[in-house]
Amino acid sequence: MNSQTDTLDLAPRSRSLLDTAFLRLKRNRAAMASVWVVIAMSFAAIVGPWISPHPYNEVYNNFVGAKPSLTAYPKDDQVVPIAERALKRARVNVETINASRDKVEISIINRTDEPLDPRITRYLVRSDVFADVEMSIDEDDATRARMTADVKKLYFLMGTDQNGRDLLTRILISLRISLMVAGLATGVALLIGVTYGSLAGFVGGQLDNVMMRFVDLLYSLPFVFFVILLVVFFGNNIVLIFVAIGAIEWLDMARIVRGQTLQLKQKEFVQAAQALGVSKFNIIKRHIVPNIAGTVAIYMTLLIPKVILLESFLSFLGLGVQEPLTSLGVLIAEGARYMRNDPYMLIFPALTMSILLFALNFLGDGLRDALDPKDR
Amino acid sequence: MSAASPPPVLDIEDLKVDFDTPDGTVQAVKGMSMSVAPGEVVAIVGESGSGKSQIAMSTLGILASNGQASGNIRFQGQDLLGLSRRQMNDIRGAKISMIFQEPMTSLDPLYPVGDQIIEPLMIHKGMSRAAARSRALDLLKQVQISDPERRMRSYPTELSGGQRQRVMIAMALANEPELLIADEPTTALDVTTQAGILQLLASLNRDLGMSIVFITHDLGIVEAFADRVYVMQRGELKETGKTSDIFENPETAYTRALLAAEPEGAKSPIDDNVDIILDAKDIDVVYGEAPSFLRKDTRFHAVKGVGVSLREGQTVGLVGESGSGKSTLGRALLRLTESTGNIVYLGDELQSLSLGDLKPLRKELQMVFQDPYGSLSPRMTVLDIVEEGLRTHSPHLSKEDRDAQALDALKKVGLDASVKNRFPHEFSGGQRQRIAIARAMVLRPRVVVLDEPTSALDRTVQKEVAQLLRELQSEFALSYIFISHDLAIVRAMADYVMVMREGVIVEEGLTEKIFDNPQNEYTRNLIESSFNLKDLLGSKDDVAVGA
Repeated sequence: MNSQTDTLDLAPRSRSLLDTAFLRLKRNRAAMASVWVVIAMSFAAIVGPWISPHPYNEVYNNFVGAKPSLTAYPKDDQVVPIAERALKRARVNVETINASRDKVEISIINRTDEPLDPRITRYLVRSDVFADVEMSIDEDDATRARMTADVKKLYFLMGTDQNGRDLLTRILISLRISLMVAGLATGVALLIGVTYGSLAGFVGGQLDNVMMRFVDLLYSLPFVFFVILLVVFFGNNIVLIFVAIGAIEWLDMARIVRGQTLQLKQKEFVQAAQALGVSKFNIIKRHIVPNIAGTVAIYMTLLIPKVILLESFLSFLGLGVQEPLTSLGVLIAEGARYMRNDPYMLIFPALTMSILLFALNFLGDGLRDALDPKDR
Repeated sequence: MSAASPPPVLDIEDLKVDFDTPDGTVQAVKGMSMSVAPGEVVAIVGESGSGKSQIAMSTLGILASNGQASGNIRFQGQDLLGLSRRQMNDIRGAKISMIFQEPMTSLDPLYPVGDQIIEPLMIHKGMSRAAARSRALDLLKQVQISDPERRMRSYPTELSGGQRQRVMIAMALANEPELLIADEPTTALDVTTQAGILQLLASLNRDLGMSIVFITHDLGIVEAFADRVYVMQRGELKETGKTSDIFENPETAYTRALLAAEPEGAKSPIDDNVDIILDAKDIDVVYGEAPSFLRKDTRFHAVKGVGVSLREGQTVGLVGESGSGKSTLGRALLRLTESTGNIVYLGDELQSLSLGDLKPLRKELQMVFQDPYGSLSPRMTVLDIVEEGLRTHSPHLSKEDRDAQALDALKKVGLDASVKNRFPHEFSGGQRQRIAIARAMVLRPRVVVLDEPTSALDRTVQKEVAQLLRELQSEFALSYIFISHDLAIVRAMADYVMVMREGVIVEEGLTEKIFDNPQNEYTRNLIESSFNLKDLLGSKDDVAVGA
């Protein structure tokens, strides 16, 4: 048969539609850059808070609202006042202070005639700035003593917030929370939406009618009201955010998937499968879902930024993540309050969020171009 | 009309069209030269992918964005490739017009067709609304649309395919172009409609002296319609000359193959004693839903009381134009569409079976679809596609056995085992149709409904697929229901023919009898439009009215 010759001139390499799509994505520089940005940010969100020298909830009372700086805190002129303030609480008088960049020597004298209590070193330790505090009480006069301590080097690259917590660490942890909410809520939306939509679309008829009217019903629920209700009944909990966002976002997904399924149902390959006697479940599994995967993937990358924004909005209103945990929305809300004097508190979280959303949207756009077969 | 005296209207020299794709540059046209004299009808013939449409696109400067044309395209001495977009716009539509294959998508569904003709006239020619209106009416009369006054106010969806194509031609004529490029203008139309459109184009060519470049894969049209022919294959010009010369004395093997690609052969009738395997009586199919509180009556009676009986080894041809209900009937026979009436397959009443009881029978009742691009799931490999039926009907089979059977089926349809891990989009139309046939054959069916199995294929490929279907039929004693609008292929494949129109069978009988001596007026008309196009166009004086 002469088609034998036809088959021979096919290239030996086989490429699926997915491979082709990936190839196109690779050629899209902006989208590829976005991929790397998203990967880098996710990595930072996961690993960052662990390797950061500051725990996200550690309060540095001495550095409330410290400006972003590449050099270490405390600054040279801060060491003396910090030490004095700490020792004032210890009710001792400071006679002399010798402060260098990393060491401090203090001679003190008690205000009363009582001998000095060696435990007053902890006043210095507690101030977060000094370490290895040693105290040698004068052998002749027990009311006098010499204290030496190492000065810590604390870096606040993005400054600290109005509670004296390291902003960089807080941004990293908020990124983690935001991405986690986005990932989980999107996953929930994906799972429910695809199952629900493809079932409604493929089975059709009365079932489709009932299922889609239920979706309409949920659509008519005011979202914020719904969240407030949840919070009232179950208290403030981060899990609620996943539930609330997931419960709303799958509706769009279900509608999109249903529409795509209705279209696919008319395709001859689905009819061919029916003619083969393939069961409904298997048709959905083998023919419908793989073919809507492209659309779903695109919608998903666009859904993630939407969820992040939504979560930020809820947190902004105070319905979302609670202190000391934080999310980008909370940070921005706080930053906005102090932006007159400390604009960096707004700029850094806002910038992080913008870059993330920008990259995700770019990626979604690139994916659509790569997967859209009409462009072929 | 030889090349001697008048300068050509269109002169193309060494045209190359390159497309920049992710897989590198693809050359669609590799150095094509052609010319069109005033008042001449020139046909460009070739199979799909031969680059013939790209020539038209380059001429009008409407190549896809990744395409690049080089060479010379001179229209009345002016080089078109070097023109700016604005200069091109002055020529496009005014001096060169184009009509496309799919008239539905070329018209805006939101506006009445009258407005769509009037508006360009007002904008480009500065006519007043009244003047443009009367000109539009003239144009519609010129393209012989029935009841043009009423059609002016019709929306595109209210028009039939033929009427839409006439409207498109009217729009193309609005500026009295000197050259009309027609890219497969009748391919999407029924044969009788096609004859009407071709008659119209022929009369426009004769009366207005308009040159026509006619792009088609259908040699039947070319022979009846064109003065000169360019034969293309894979972007290259194979042969050119006067139509009569090419048809009588083809020089290249490719042209000969094209000319010889008309379906041939005949199937001898089946003896009356042979058992009837599928017997259907009084089949009715109604689409849509009965009126209810919330809904208007959307019912549409697609098949009305049709009876079909198929004997073992028989091929029943079902012919008719689009919308005649022939595909619906084919699907109803396999109970892929619900119907009323009585369908008996080897003693089982198909319509009363539960879906569970029907499933084992699905194995024996198979279907092959028209569109080889649409009927294969784009995300499955060939092996998965062919094995799907086995997985459903013989779940106990081991992977090795399943593979072996699938590869055997692929071999039967003439495909090598090495194709098994490829995806459908890597194959040509003919190869895809072979895969679709393998998918049906792997289950060892007894009845196969073939729904336009060759309509989307080039003639040469069509012939191969028809031959394959014949071989499979004799090897496995298959019974076919062969649905097609193409009378030539039905004549070659079927031993019994049923002619369908608007849901009813207007005539049926042995193939030979129907084709040699049609009794029904409609059947005669169909046969005339399919096989005697030359006579129809030759009698250029009495041009049919309407579409």
